[in-house]
Amino acid sequence: MSPHEPTLPDEWELVVGLEVHVELATRTKLFCGCANEFSTDPNTNVCPVCLGLPGSLPVMNGKAVDYAMKLGRALGCEVHGSVMARKNYFYPDMAKDYQTTQYDKPTSMDGELVLSDGAVVGIERAHIEEDAGKTTHIGGGGRINDAMFSLVDYNRAGVPLVEVVSRPDIRTIDHAKAYVNELRDILLAIEVSDAKMEEGSMRVDANVSVRPVGSEELRTRCELKNINSVRSMGRAIEYEAQRHVDLYNSGEAPRQETRHWDEDGGRSTPGRSKEDADDYRYFQEPDLVPLEPSAADVAAIDASLPVLPAARRARLADLSGVGPDVLSTVVERGQDGLALDAIEAGADADKVLTRLQNDVAVDDWSNLTPPLLAALIRMETSGELTATQAKQVLSDMVESGGDPATIASGRGFEAMESNELEGLVDQLIADNPDEWIRFTSGDDGEQKKMQGFFTGQIMKATNGQADGRAIAQLLAAKGS
Amino acid sequence: MSARSIAADVASGARSAASVLDEHLARVREREEEIHAFNLVTEEKARSQADAVDAAVAAGDPVGPLAGVPLALKDNMCTRGIPTTCSSKILEGWRPPYDATVVSRLADAGAVFVGKTNLDEFAMGSSTENSAFGPTRNPLDTGRVPGGSSGGSAAAVAANFAPLAIGSDTGGSIRQPAAFCGIVGMKPTYGAVSRYGLIAFGSSLDQFGPFATDVADAAALYDVIAGHDPLDSTSITDFTPNAVDHLSRGVQGLRVGVVRELSGGAGSVEGLSADVLARTNEAVEALAAAGAIVEEVSVPSATLGLSAYYIVAPAEASSNLARYDGVRYGLRVDAPTTGEMNTATRTAGFGAEVKRRIMLGTYALSAGYYDAFYGKALKVRTMMLRDFASVYENFDVLITPTAPTTAFPFGERSSDPMTMYVNDVCTIPSNLTGHPGISVPFGVGDDGLPVGVQVLAPALADGLTFQVAAVLEAAANAGGAT
Ligand SMILES: [Zn+2]
Repeated sequence: MSPHEPTLPDEWELVVGLEVHVELATRTKLFCGCANEFSTDPNTNVCPVCLGLPGSLPVMNGKAVDYAMKLGRALGCEVHGSVMARKNYFYPDMAKDYQTTQYDKPTSMDGELVLSDGAVVGIERAHIEEDAGKTTHIGGGGRINDAMFSLVDYNRAGVPLVEVVSRPDIRTIDHAKAYVNELRDILLAIEVSDAKMEEGSMRVDANVSVRPVGSEELRTRCELKNINSVRSMGRAIEYEAQRHVDLYNSGEAPRQETRHWDEDGGRSTPGRSKEDADDYRYFQEPDLVPLEPSAADVAAIDASLPVLPAARRARLADLSGVGPDVLSTVVERGQDGLALDAIEAGADADKVLTRLQNDVAVDDWSNLTPPLLAALIRMETSGELTATQAKQVLSDMVESGGDPATIASGRGFEAMESNELEGLVDQLIADNPDEWIRFTSGDDGEQKKMQGFFTGQIMKATNGQADGRAIAQLLAAKGS
Repeated sequence: MSARSIAADVASGARSAASVLDEHLARVREREEEIHAFNLVTEEKARSQADAVDAAVAAGDPVGPLAGVPLALKDNMCTRGIPTTCSSKILEGWRPPYDATVVSRLADAGAVFVGKTNLDEFAMGSSTENSAFGPTRNPLDTGRVPGGSSGGSAAAVAANFAPLAIGSDTGGSIRQPAAFCGIVGMKPTYGAVSRYGLIAFGSSLDQFGPFATDVADAAALYDVIAGHDPLDSTSITDFTPNAVDHLSRGVQGLRVGVVRELSGGAGSVEGLSADVLARTNEAVEALAAAGAIVEEVSVPSATLGLSAYYIVAPAEASSNLARYDGVRYGLRVDAPTTGEMNTATRTAGFGAEVKRRIMLGTYALSAGYYDAFYGKALKVRTMMLRDFASVYENFDVLITPTAPTTAFPFGERSSDPMTMYVNDVCTIPSNLTGHPGISVPFGVGDDGLPVGVQVLAPALADGLTFQVAAVLEAAANAGGAT
């Protein structure tokens, strides 16, 4: 991971906790048989239950519970008996005017998320709840109480969510981003959500506060909503933290409230203040029975978990010396299995990983088998192929399969003897005396420019088959 | 004429369902204006159901156990395409797009739906005086209430508008009106009958149950409506109702406890009238005469039921009734903002008792008050469950009066909620514990109006309540009650 840019003046420390709502990719909604899908026509995926019609009753979707427990275990949480609760508040997109969620007995508690650079963020809880519908306010001020009229679409009402609540352990924006990326990777790895922030299947709220460096206190926080991307989250946290610092520096203090992130305006605006927020009057949902997974259920969940991204990165890190960015990319793309097998087959680990990171950024690499990849890397490390050639051969392998030796000879790639290359260099120096003088006696910039000139000419003459490093070595030797 | 003889005649072709319906509709025409048992008489629906039964009989197709039996549905049961109001202005005009599970089962059994019966608004009350559409009168004395909240269903059966009806019981709303109207009413074990399509008042307390003129009809109706429903998560699995099988088993050797605190004994709740207590004692004697082993028993926490109930039920109601906000269905009173529209709608749509309970419940669940009210009520509930469980280690059933008095005159208690609430003191404990209870008529009070005696049993012993009630009914008919 790249070193983070300083967000705040030296004497201030950022304190962030994230609340991430994850839509579970179940076939049906949480409490009814309606399809759980991104639907086009409003109010088409609805029934008496998700519309909260009088007399209707919820029935818990067992798959959603399995997914929630799977996520809990993947986050290292304790998963135990839980009960559903009602969170009471009036809003037109809540069909029952209460949300069925979990309160004091959530499915998962006390876990942690290990970021790609090894930092650990505590997970307070991960609970199951239903999503609300979607309101669109038309005309007027565009908010619920000043619009001309409002439209409500209940297609999303009752979609199963898990809300993952982190502890306020995040100290940098880079870590906040890494947390969201890591959580997304886990969700994809355990196949419980498609985790797309842009489609709203993963929604992030950020609790932001600041404190003087060295202090352990938790100061007043603001909850930022309406964050639509990881990048937007970074901007929002940065803005909000600076706002808090400015308030403290001018002798004031932020007040605890929910704030709305305005991506276009690049600022946060106040929403509801927590002091006059609703009293949600939580109580146990009488229409559902407690969820009581047995030890065997939890063991079955554990057995079903794949090796998680952090462990997969660690395995590659043990075998190689590449940086966390390379590891993340390879694991994120699911190429780590391929890499491990190629390394096992004798290929250089660092080369395998960097080639995959740089040159196999595609969705489908099924033509690339571990023995073929290993063979290619061996040809590159032995000097049979130059870096440029290896890249081209790899591209052909991904595209249409085949072994690297055949592809290389088909393309006319032969390893160039170094004396042949030296002859070319000598000829070029003789043909371009002015450029050679500028190379040997110019300043650093001039030298660099001329190295580029000579390298380009030789590549042109050899149809790109020469090894760039060998050229550089020859030029340096002749110029000294 | 009993429901079971109607069903037998219709199935055998001796009588047509259409003619049975005609007879009952004739009585409706004669007395409904005076009684007001129904919010809606569903004559068209009933005729098509009766014709379908007759066609099936003519074709030699099998018919259900309630073939051609007229039946009244409480108007808090969802009926597809038929207005369902809960006797509230807030739902006026709403037609559910689906049937309650119980409604489907009854239709499948061949029942003929004569109408939707009046109730206290959202089943909140004990006299049916809280209906937005006017009260129901007791067919036995039209100057008196039929009880409530299922007063319309009880009155429909007592007036013979239908031999059977369904009510719902949250704190006694089937048993108390059954007692007031001189018929049989039964509240099943919580989870024995599906709540799917029962418009919720207190979700952890509500149960549908049968009304009938005698115990055998009530048992037959119970057997049709009870049983597991996957649409209700609190529905009991692996449960096969067999109330009818219990009817002739007698009470020989059965251990019967008379609950001291609910029957005028030491430490009893107050307000139980002498005539009602006298009939209850005669009922106990009748059981002893029939071979039961009778003993007085103490359930101290039973007296706390009323207070706990009036926290739990309104708390759940405050949440259940939030959805009537003017956004999606029913009444909407327009106002400049959404919040103001919600308020205007609810102000105009709900009656005084509903508003009172929503406020009580909201308060009981509020931050800072939860522990003192709702939390404490839950503790009482746990304590009652424990106390009843220990009593049932030594007793098969318990006996109490159903209600403290016989049917009272209109207006006598409607001005003071507290005297109205005391009506449910004997019935409430079984809602809080989820246990079954039945009310069976046993003689009359000093005013000549019927007295109901209540038989309570542990969870899932629903059949046993019918078994004991059958013995009491036989004794009462034989003159064992004065
Ligand atoms: Zn639905």
